[in-house]
Amino acid sequence: MENQLIEKIKESNFHDKIVDVRSYAGEMTIVVHSQDIVAVCKSLKEQFGFSYLADISTVDHYTDENRFEIAYNIVNMADRQRLRISTFVEEDDPSLDSVIPVWGAANWFEREAWDMMGIRFNGHPDLRRIFLPEDFEYHPMRKEFPQLGIPGTLEMPEKDPPKDYK
Amino acid sequence: MGLEKALAKQGFLLTKVDALTNWARANSMWPMPMGLACCAIEMMAFAGPQYDVSRFGSEVFRFSPRQADLMIVAGWTTYKMSHAVKRIWDQMPDPKWCVAMGACASSGGMHRVYGVVQGIDQFLPVDAYIPGCPPRPEVVIHTLQTIQEKVKKEHSVLQD
Ligand code: SF4
Repeated sequence: MENQLIEKIKESNFHDKIVDVRSYAGEMTIVVHSQDIVAVCKSLKEQFGFSYLADISTVDHYTDENRFEIAYNIVNMADRQRLRISTFVEEDDPSLDSVIPVWGAANWFEREAWDMMGIRFNGHPDLRRIFLPEDFEYHPMRKEFPQLGIPGTLEMPEKDPPKDYK
Repeated sequence: MGLEKALAKQGFLLTKVDALTNWARANSMWPMPMGLACCAIEMMAFAGPQYDVSRFGSEVFRFSPRQADLMIVAGWTTYKMSHAVKRIWDQMPDPKWCVAMGACASSGGMHRVYGVVQGIDQFLPVDAYIPGCPPRPEVVIHTLQTIQEKVKKEHSVLQD
């Protein structure tokens, strides 16, 4: 079934946008350039029925080139197929287009990727941090972030209750 | 000699105010369950029918901080959550006591990461720490008895 899907994708009208196809442990990944991500996602949804975006995850490879990998895990409910779309962005400009126009579910996933890894999604309507406080300056899933954090960057409550507490 | 016998004979009883209030306080602990992670499951077992903490003079769990006097922080506290925990602690009326249940609440435990407060004693006055991951309900009962011993030794009324 996986091979059929690959064959079909290779014959599709966006096959020239696909850089690489990987298959490991029964999981299939297609790699695309970050500027093509919306076009490829749109075609996969409309022509191949991948209607469900399960998750967006990010990897920090900590390499000079192609430092951050962004992976979109998508599902075709009708055919019970899963597919992963991978793309890479550079360290000095970690940004790519948002896929919210294709899958609305991407909204919070992209906020998480921004919060944790510092990937910017162009065209995202509300790219705020989702877990950490708004004024936090770092992206803790990046490799250079110390595991125990940077002292003083996250606020702790005062030991004494506020004077005007009622 | 039982209390009833003494009262039946004389009709009155001499004691200290402190002794009386501390005795009453120690035997009617109303815990505030601050269940934040897996330890909360053991905390529920501690109050449930099998371990039945009511035998030791601790009544129902109170989910309103204004009705509770013992806060059991069960689980790891993130920096974000610590503000809520502190706020609830501030809402509890005095006198009040605090237990750090489990490795995480006591020291951060295995969550040695940027987002978790490495021990709730950094912002709460903790009376007792319970080691374990998670601690057994028996040890929570034991801690409750330790707190009761502490309460019985307090001299609050006359010195306040
Ligand atoms: S001490 Fe263990 S059981 Fe308790 S909250 Fe931490 S990880 Fe969970």
